[in-house]
Amino acid sequence: MIETALQGLLLGGLYCLFALGQSLMFGVMRLTNTAQGDFIILGSFAAIAGMSVLASTGVATSSWAPLGIGLALLPLAFAFGYALQRWVLNGTLGRDPLPSLVVTFGLSIVIQNLLLELFSADPRSIETGGLNTASVALPAGLAIGVLPLLIFSVALTATAALQWLFNRTQLGRAFRAVSDDKEVAELMGLNSNTIYALATAIAFVLIALAGVLQGMRTTVSPSDGPLLLLFAFEAVIIGGMGSFWGTFVGALLLGLTQQIGFRIDPGWGIWFGHIVFLVVLVLRPQGLFPKTRG
Amino acid sequence: MTSLLQTRALTAFYGDAQALFGVDVDVAEGEMVAIIGANGAGKSTFMKCVTGLVKAPHEQIRFKGQAIGALPPGEIVKRGIALVPEGRRLFPSLSVEENLLMGGFARRAGPWTVERLFKLFPILERKRGQPATSLSGGQQQMVAIGRALMSNPTVLLCDELSLGLAPIVIKEIYDAMPAICAEGMTVVIVEQDVALAQRVSQQIYCLQEGRVSLKGAADALTREQISQAYFGMGPQPAERA
Repeated sequence: MIETALQGLLLGGLYCLFALGQSLMFGVMRLTNTAQGDFIILGSFAAIAGMSVLASTGVATSSWAPLGIGLALLPLAFAFGYALQRWVLNGTLGRDPLPSLVVTFGLSIVIQNLLLELFSADPRSIETGGLNTASVALPAGLAIGVLPLLIFSVALTATAALQWLFNRTQLGRAFRAVSDDKEVAELMGLNSNTIYALATAIAFVLIALAGVLQGMRTTVSPSDGPLLLLFAFEAVIIGGMGSFWGTFVGALLLGLTQQIGFRIDPGWGIWFGHIVFLVVLVLRPQGLFPKTRG
Repeated sequence: MTSLLQTRALTAFYGDAQALFGVDVDVAEGEMVAIIGANGAGKSTFMKCVTGLVKAPHEQIRFKGQAIGALPPGEIVKRGIALVPEGRRLFPSLSVEENLLMGGFARRAGPWTVERLFKLFPILERKRGQPATSLSGGQQQMVAIGRALMSNPTVLLCDELSLGLAPIVIKEIYDAMPAICAEGMTVVIVEQDVALAQRVSQQIYCLQEGRVSLKGAADALTREQISQAYFGMGPQPAERA
């Protein structure tokens, strides 16, 4: 029982990383990125490609190689997210949410097919040199994986960092101001297009992190994205819009219920998660920790 | 005397609907100018044109001799024009202090700082950490004025400071004006309360249906002239006939 709970919480840490970028982009510009999951998978494959380049140059692959590749991907993801928002997605924003949904949905299809073309439909994973099977022993005969623990710590750190950025820094103030009232924020001299681009840039750093860790933990294939998007959505909505700690708790709850479901029957895990999501949606549509804005 | 801020034949449109039909306004440095007029006369539109929220033809608005019409709002605030918007429009998810700090985003040099604003409106210091929209209407208006001052503007535009506030609160707000103007700040106010506008300002422009129906020194205009210009009633039609 304790083992199931631990596994569930650790899984939730991964879902938190899936969801944080979504939470940030929605919070700042009411943009729903329906390609979120596919971008995560794109991140995984970028790391896989990086690993094979590294292998072909003959550099010894230790368990630190994927982490190094992951770190190298972050600035790339930042630049990619910035450019995507600045020159593509900003053009879709407005009172009508439909254009951004259609454009990101289109991107989702493009990414899936691009990955299929480049990497085939075979599931692949990032070679971790044994990191994904290493574990630490706990009292009472329990053992937890080093990698899930690492993922959980990254999720916890990312949530705390994002909340700090949002609440305590000038950039965070600008994010909130533009989200509250774009026109008045521009009156103060803010350039909302740049602010939006920075929000997406940060979201894409989180997406790249999630992608690399997902690829290290399990296998990924080009068609995985939509399911990850669903988990991200569920975590954000269970937690409540606009609060990163809410997203974190929502993700843990989702991981926990899925794990309990898996424990009961291996086919029930994901279904169990959906049930909890739907129950929250019916009983508390604003989420568990909403931070509603005026 | 050359004007600090000047509009010439200013026109403005919301889509196909024309809101201003050739408005000429001159604001001299250090002056307080009041713009009065009925609802829908174009007062707020005028303010929005000057601050870039409504795009007006470039040459129709000049500030310090340069055309500023249709520049982005952020560029106009950097040049020294700040707006206290109608209805205050504070950022609800920012605290009082954070709202003030946002006002200073343009980073113009000048005397106004958060600490100095707390001296002007001491109540705000005690509430600096609270969400701005949890304050009373009058206190919110102080935050809105402070936020505009934080950009250290040359010209401060105030759109309906008294909107929805009790008379005693309005008095408190306007009592702060001399301190704001003390260092030669130029102020343009839009005001529904004509008597108040006449008392605090030196120049008055009355707008009616997007045109200037009356202008003059505040102490030279009579009640009769103003109500005529305000409502477009009185002997005017007879004169036309």
